[in-house]
Amino acid sequence: MLHASLVAAAAEGETHNPVIPELYDIVWSAVCFAVILIAFWRVFLPRLQKMLDERSAAIEGNIAKADEAQRQAEAALEQYTAQLAEARQEAAAIREGAREDGKKIIAEAREQAVVEAQRVTVGAQAQIEAERQAAVVTLRRDVGTLALDLAGNVIGETLADDAKASALVDRFLADLEASEKASPSARNN
Amino acid sequence: MSGRCRLGLFSNRAGVFRTFVVARAELHAPKQEIALKALAVNLLVQAATDDGGFHAPSIDEFFPGALFFEGTPFEINRIMLVRFIAVAALLIVFYLGTRRMKVVPGRFQSIIEMGLGLVRNNIAFDLLGEKDGKRFLPILTTIFFMVLFMNITGIIPLLNIAGTSVIGVPLVLAVVAYVAFIYAGIRNNAGAFFKNALFPPGVPKFLYIIVTPIEFVSAFVLRPVTLTLRLLMNMVVGHLLLVLFFSATQFFLFTAGGWYTLFGVGTLAFGFVFTLFEILVAVLQAYVFTLLTAVYIQLAVAEEH
Repeated sequence: MLHASLVAAAAEGETHNPVIPELYDIVWSAVCFAVILIAFWRVFLPRLQKMLDERSAAIEGNIAKADEAQRQAEAALEQYTAQLAEARQEAAAIREGAREDGKKIIAEAREQAVVEAQRVTVGAQAQIEAERQAAVVTLRRDVGTLALDLAGNVIGETLADDAKASALVDRFLADLEASEKASPSARNN
Repeated sequence: MSGRCRLGLFSNRAGVFRTFVVARAELHAPKQEIALKALAVNLLVQAATDDGGFHAPSIDEFFPGALFFEGTPFEINRIMLVRFIAVAALLIVFYLGTRRMKVVPGRFQSIIEMGLGLVRNNIAFDLLGEKDGKRFLPILTTIFFMVLFMNITGIIPLLNIAGTSVIGVPLVLAVVAYVAFIYAGIRNNAGAFFKNALFPPGVPKFLYIIVTPIEFVSAFVLRPVTLTLRLLMNMVVGHLLLVLFFSATQFFLFTAGGWYTLFGVGTLAFGFVFTLFEILVAVLQAYVFTLLTAVYIQLAVAEEH
């Protein structure tokens, strides 16, 4: 239809053919094109490019900043971890030292106690020995007198003869000691 | 490769429109039937039997009288003024939008960046790669926004005609695209460029007798022609459709009156919908034109197909 109309239009001669350009049409179209081209080429697109460059620079700057922040955070974390480990080590050392000290104190106390016990034991033994000696001496004296009295009474005569008496006592005591030695267990009873 | 086929694809809206008009015409009273049939027949040619009440759109819409410098190569008519306004608007928008670009964008700057980013990332860098994309970015950006701003004037009140609906702009831009992709090919590797374009690899030798002329016409003749006509005809037909809908509304509401007011409401609704559709077409055609230019450049700089 369009084609037919165009032919009809051309045939009439008076009307314009829309596909045959007028010279002024071309001229003004070219002028418009040139103006817009120069505007975009020389002004608008360079401005856009500059802004896009700035934007990518800003984005890269932000990325660098973020990297920096992350690096700092990592360093801080590392430092913190190191400090923590150090503190733990220190705590462990202190604990260990305390345990050692404790052991030492206990050992010292035990030693002291042992020494004290020995001392007490020795003192006690010495006292016992002294008392025993005293008892032995007293006993020896009293037993002699007692035995002589008893014997005097038994035989009815006074053993006035001291020489005889003391010889008798000594023999008795020697017998006594001998029998004591023969059966040591008897003394313990 | 047929240019006719591509053209058919992009100008079939006229066919849709005709079906619509004929269907309408069969349903209504004789008086309107005559008027609408006359409209259908004389869509692009001045209606010979204009019955005073109805102003049918014609191709003369695109050739208004000269305002300044009549008869010189610098003649200025209404459409040229519309183009100047579009260029001025473009320059102002991008001047303000890129004047103080901040690293953290505001609302307006975001929109400007989105527009520039569409051409830069989605067309230039995606198809051509960063290096070649940067080289051809000014041309691609210019083509996209020039087409977009001049298309959008078609639906702006008081301007009401697309700056691209006269052949000058589509033709100039197609020539720019043509020069750009041939320059890119020759600059990159002239031998490989012509070899790939004219003797596509993987084709049996004797078939080059057929393939080479077809490829030549396809690459070096039809590309600029289809670029030009696709854009031109989309804008021409879009404008004629809007004129038709709104002049029909005017006719139904104020000349025919009575029950036909209802049809007037219908045509007004269609006019509104097609106005929205024209926004889509304006953006889409700008995108298609730019994308095809980038594709042609990409094919030219590619080592192998």
